[in-house]
Amino acid sequence: MSGMILSVDDSKSMRQLVSFTLQKEGYQVVEAVDGREALAKVKEVAVNMVITDLNMPNMDGIELIRTLRADPAFKFVPIVMLTTENTADKKDAGKNAGATGWIVKPFKPEQLVAVVKRLLG
Amino acid sequence: MDTQKELYREEAYELLAVLEDSLLELERNPADMETVGRVFRAMHTIKGSGAMFGFEDIAAFTHTIETVYDLVREGTMTVTQELISLTLEACDRIKSMLGASQGGEDDRPARTRELTEAFGRFLPADQGAAPAAPAVVHAVSDKGPAGRNSRTYRIRFKPHRDLFANGTNPIPLIRELKALGECSIVCLLDDLPELKDLDPEACYTAWDMILTTDQDMNTVRDVFIFVEDLSDIDVELIDVGAEVDPEYKKVGEILVEKGDLDRRELEDALQGRPLIGEMLVDAGKVTKADLGAALVEQEHVRGQRKQRQDAQIESSIRVASPKLDALVNLAGELVTVQAHLSRLAALDGSSELVGVAEEVEQLSAELRDLSMGIRMLPIGTTFAKFKRLVRDLSAELGKEITLATEGEETELDKTVIERLSDPLVHLIRNSIDHGIEAPEVREASGKPGKGTIKLKAAHAGAQVVITISDDGAGLDTEAIRHKAVNKGLIAPDAQLSEHQIHELIMTPGFSTAESITSVSGRGVGMDVVKSNIEALRGSVEVTSVVGSGTTITLKLPLTLAIIDGLLVSIACEHFVIPLSTVVECVDLTQDDLKRAHGRNLVRVRDEIIPYIHLRETFGLARDSGEAEQVVVTEVGEQRVGFVVDKVIGQHQTVIKNLGRMFKTTEGISGATIMGDGAVALILDMHKLTQQAQRW
Repeated sequence: MSGMILSVDDSKSMRQLVSFTLQKEGYQVVEAVDGREALAKVKEVAVNMVITDLNMPNMDGIELIRTLRADPAFKFVPIVMLTTENTADKKDAGKNAGATGWIVKPFKPEQLVAVVKRLLG
Repeated sequence: MDTQKELYREEAYELLAVLEDSLLELERNPADMETVGRVFRAMHTIKGSGAMFGFEDIAAFTHTIETVYDLVREGTMTVTQELISLTLEACDRIKSMLGASQGGEDDRPARTRELTEAFGRFLPADQGAAPAAPAVVHAVSDKGPAGRNSRTYRIRFKPHRDLFANGTNPIPLIRELKALGECSIVCLLDDLPELKDLDPEACYTAWDMILTTDQDMNTVRDVFIFVEDLSDIDVELIDVGAEVDPEYKKVGEILVEKGDLDRRELEDALQGRPLIGEMLVDAGKVTKADLGAALVEQEHVRGQRKQRQDAQIESSIRVASPKLDALVNLAGELVTVQAHLSRLAALDGSSELVGVAEEVEQLSAELRDLSMGIRMLPIGTTFAKFKRLVRDLSAELGKEITLATEGEETELDKTVIERLSDPLVHLIRNSIDHGIEAPEVREASGKPGKGTIKLKAAHAGAQVVITISDDGAGLDTEAIRHKAVNKGLIAPDAQLSEHQIHELIMTPGFSTAESITSVSGRGVGMDVVKSNIEALRGSVEVTSVVGSGTTITLKLPLTLAIIDGLLVSIACEHFVIPLSTVVECVDLTQDDLKRAHGRNLVRVRDEIIPYIHLRETFGLARDSGEAEQVVVTEVGEQRVGFVVDKVIGQHQTVIKNLGRMFKTTEGISGATIMGDGAVALILDMHKLTQQAQRW
């Protein structure tokens, strides 16, 4: 199953890990460094899924999820947030904003793949 | 992963530079929330990515600092001079830790702990702890049929109407569940409204699933972790492994258990009527879909139990091994005849005949695989007797040794296993006698007194790799060299790598024992082991590190009767090269020949590969002089090319032994009969290479 996935993270190494892992599974990946760039990217490329970090400059992940969900084109697109906080409030904020799922950092590449498969098929 | 680590290091250095700038800025303007945010994010990334790329020390250290800055960000704490000084010092600590991971030295690890404590003092008592292990672990399950300890779950998944609103698609979830084992799925559509009342963005469906898997309840529940708030999920264990009685619960009982029906309603309905299900539907007590789901569950569990019952009945039968040998021989003959048939069909061109020939080809291939499979035995049967051997011999020599085995389930052809036993005994004796030192010697060199010999088998492509490794003294390179010179095996001034010297112990005439003991000095050297293994079309390799042990690696083909070969032609004669040794085929152009200036070398992908001209080796007539091809093979550690006229293609090779007359012929390991009845010789790449090296 292929698909276009947008990876949003201000950490280059994280973006690369996500891209590398998903490309190996046959997905295509576009990257953005923060929420603002992500919003610009989705206007250029049609994406089937978004994986976003929460803490980023300019526009953070929660804001990005909320903005995307409000867009009719993104009503049903799965959005996964990467969280480091184990605290429930960040996760709940993300869920309330409309996130489909979450992955807790640190994660193993196969966990990422499992979550993507679970949501994208 | 190493380039990933490098990338993280680079990024961390960049972030630290940003961090220092921001901290100095913050010193001038402590109330600037934007700068506080920058500091927090930098720490956050250093921590988050650190844990991902194996810098756990950095992640743990930054965690506390990040938490402190989170409090500042939320406004519950203000930036103080002390905090900034501490954070700047923390930057230096992180740099030092990054350096340490690159082979440098962390200069003051004690200071790291002091700093962590200092940051901890900023925090309220309950927040100072280090990050807990991630709570969500998504197990990636092995697929496949449910094993003996299989469990059957009943899962009801009833999403709320607004399931789709956060981008969830329930289908992949059900697919994921299905991949966990054997699954029966019933879709419940009772809530589906008339078309005019239907909201296309709402979810009206629910699912009942009966899953038989060897995974535990948590794994099953984990599938639904993202939708827990958005649906009603019920997972129940309904059947466990051992039960083989195919009679499962009655439909009525299932319905009551699931809460679809009251027990009293059931009893009322049961008054003397046999077909309970339909009656209940008629009476409007349960819906048709609920009944359907219950019936599916009944069938699923009955099916599972039946399977288990069958498995117990036909577990195994005993067959005399000559019968199996005969079967494999016949399968081999059949493959030969089939090749003939395919060839005739191709010549004839009649599509009907070609069709039949293809069918025969498929069937004979299946028959071949099956009959070879029957002869496969797990190697563990031989491993077992070595335990005893190690125990007895180590006691005799006053050494303490344990034998660790791995990969007992690895399957090998029966004949290979039988012929492998003696070489393995010899190798293990060698390890016990020469490899593992006496307990007091080991303890003096800082090793545990008890030595370990590891016997490991594993599949690698069409080969089985067996390694025997010990944690003993390792080979004494100088002593071997000295002995080899004394015995005249090498010239005193020969330039040999350490590895080449180690391989000398397998040269005929090299006796391994310093003093002959009852254990291994029995006149049989490593050269016998080597020739035994090579007779099985395998190879032996020695690696050794002084002080930490020796490893012998045996590579063996899975079977001796039929191999995949590469058919080539030289001067109209056909030859077969075992496909397992072939790396690639390239053309040998005039340019290559010119560039090599008469030396037998060819450049393939920037690697210089020596080649052997098979036409010259076999003294065959010169051909028309058309372009030749080089088959690049891997012989032991090195790559060697073999020049042939033409590479024809892959060929199922049924191995026939050459007669007694030709037993001593080097470089030919056997022959095979081709589709047209012609004979093709099977080449022994190892021997051919050795021969060429001698000249």
